[in-house]
Amino acid sequence: MGIAESILLTIATAATPLLIAAIGELVVERAGVLNLGVEGMMVMGAVCGFAGATVTGSPWLGVLAGIAAGAAFSLLFAFLTLSIAANQVATGLSLTLLGLGLSGMIGESFVGTAGNKLSSLAIPGLSDIPLVGRLMFGQDPIFYLSILLTIGVMWFLFRTRTGLTLRSIGDNHGSAHALGIPVIFYRYLAVMFGGACAGLAGAHLSLVYTPQWVENMTAGRGWIALALVVFASWRPLRVLAGAYLFGAVTIGQLHAQALGLGIPSQLLSSLPYLATVVVLVIISRNRRLTMMNTPASLGRAFVPDR
Amino acid sequence: MKKLILGLAAAVVAAAAVPAVAQDKIKACFLYVGSKTDGGWTQAHDVGRQQVDKELGDKVETSFLENVAEGPDAERAIERLARSGCAIIFTTSFGFMDQTVAVAAKFPDVKFEHATGYKTAPNLTTYNSRFYEGRYIIGQIAAKMSKTGVAGYIASFPIPEVVQGINAFVLGAQTINPDFKLKVIWVNTWFDAGKEADAAKALIDQGVDMLTQHTDSTGPMQVAEERGIKAFGQAFDQIQAGPTAQLTAIVDTWGPYYVKRIKMVLDGTWKGGESSWDGLAEGILTMAPYTNMPDDVKAMAMETEAKIKSGELKPFTGPITKQDGTVWLKEGETADDATLLGLNFYVKGVDDKLPQ
Repeated sequence: MGIAESILLTIATAATPLLIAAIGELVVERAGVLNLGVEGMMVMGAVCGFAGATVTGSPWLGVLAGIAAGAAFSLLFAFLTLSIAANQVATGLSLTLLGLGLSGMIGESFVGTAGNKLSSLAIPGLSDIPLVGRLMFGQDPIFYLSILLTIGVMWFLFRTRTGLTLRSIGDNHGSAHALGIPVIFYRYLAVMFGGACAGLAGAHLSLVYTPQWVENMTAGRGWIALALVVFASWRPLRVLAGAYLFGAVTIGQLHAQALGLGIPSQLLSSLPYLATVVVLVIISRNRRLTMMNTPASLGRAFVPDR
Repeated sequence: MKKLILGLAAAVVAAAAVPAVAQDKIKACFLYVGSKTDGGWTQAHDVGRQQVDKELGDKVETSFLENVAEGPDAERAIERLARSGCAIIFTTSFGFMDQTVAVAAKFPDVKFEHATGYKTAPNLTTYNSRFYEGRYIIGQIAAKMSKTGVAGYIASFPIPEVVQGINAFVLGAQTINPDFKLKVIWVNTWFDAGKEADAAKALIDQGVDMLTQHTDSTGPMQVAEERGIKAFGQAFDQIQAGPTAQLTAIVDTWGPYYVKRIKMVLDGTWKGGESSWDGLAEGILTMAPYTNMPDDVKAMAMETEAKIKSGELKPFTGPITKQDGTVWLKEGETADDATLLGLNFYVKGVDDKLPQ
């Protein structure tokens, strides 16, 4: 395995959880709901994924457990903000705090136990092609899932009638309600999809990225995913670009340090954030298009008046 | 009626007796920066606390607050412990220093001990461990075991404690191979398993075959295991994360110190204003079993460990040249503790520029 190939693989591993969590949150926000609990749902996915894999011995069941945990945890948010119209920002923040605490409690007995790694694909012949073989055909299954998920969400949002309905709810929930669209029902599904994605991203952390459980192992990745959605102006392909750019600059700066180039490490460490924000702001600089893409009802509670 | 009054009186007496019993036991409290099951720094302190429970359980009651952020929040947490009747409070992170000083001034009757800091008061002492002694040993092992002659070091923040570790590692390695090189990556965090693992991968891709870290997760150890290179555990025995990768680990062993200090509180000999900086000799630092290495390397490591314990070998003894080529310590000269505690430069052989 050459160094270039190895670097590209590392970048893909670093970008995958960000991409998955951000794509999930994108759907939630397109439906007009702002869920700041991504970090909390992600860490719940990480602990339940790890626990599921350890208890059953199957990393695949662990992945399912992670997805289920994220979705179930997001239901709490959905109930509070959709059914009883609580403030979304405050509820989302408390979801993150609750998730970080609860996951620590659930995971206490799993600290230090050896993890079950979800193994990478290995297609004889194809995976052995130099440079691109491992990259295209030899990665972990969740990587492929993340790409499919991005394409699927793009297709769903912009090519299907249901996707159009979802976006219309995000733009104007009052009108959607007047047209007879079940706003709350759609939003419940969107929030749960976001939770499932965050849970999957967490499971990727504890089953692929670093197959272990430690408290707070998401280390702020949920917040980065949230920021990606905004800076990508709610466009799936830009989220993909942003996640990979962030991953690439992160890994690139580590290599720059190891080469001993003498650039201050504090500057290098801030580069991924700087580069991602700058690039995404530049590609989203068309103000009119950005306004069009911004869900107009984002973060506003919906209380049907009749 | 008489029975009722008697009963009430008995209840009052009983209620009054409870605190009297409790006062026989003193309270020892601990403040943790991380979770007590982090598999590293904080867990090592909690193992120490449990040893206090085990050895002094009839005279001492311990309690702790975990996941307390460094900075202003910590002051409230420390004050809460002080008000709750703790006789002695251990604050176990460098970043609790100023807050511990502030609370210690408000509660002159409570005893405070702050780990790895440098500010003391009449009721505040500091304690630290000479982690660098262990780093010197693993540097020697790395130089013996390495085929590429380059090791990788995942570092957290450029504070003296971390710089001591990097320098001691290189000095140890150079006693075996004078041309030994060290690549350093600063991840600017104490704890991010994913980022630490990425740093480990970057180092391995650039040709290091020995990995060590001054961060708290087992991420790098797992990468070492997966990529088939050797690594050293940090703060805690990480053999579970790297059964064939870990050569040894520098294990923080705070228990004996905590037991000793709390005993001093019990018999009234505890004094404030002191600083203690113990090492391998006092057992505040221990080495995990030397494994996955040939017998001669193991013998060498044990010999070095014994020499450091006996005081025959001090890692920072000249001749030592700084990275910029100037002389730091002349032949036979040993660095004093004040210099070490403020260490802010590399020795020759580190392939990195120290962030300032």
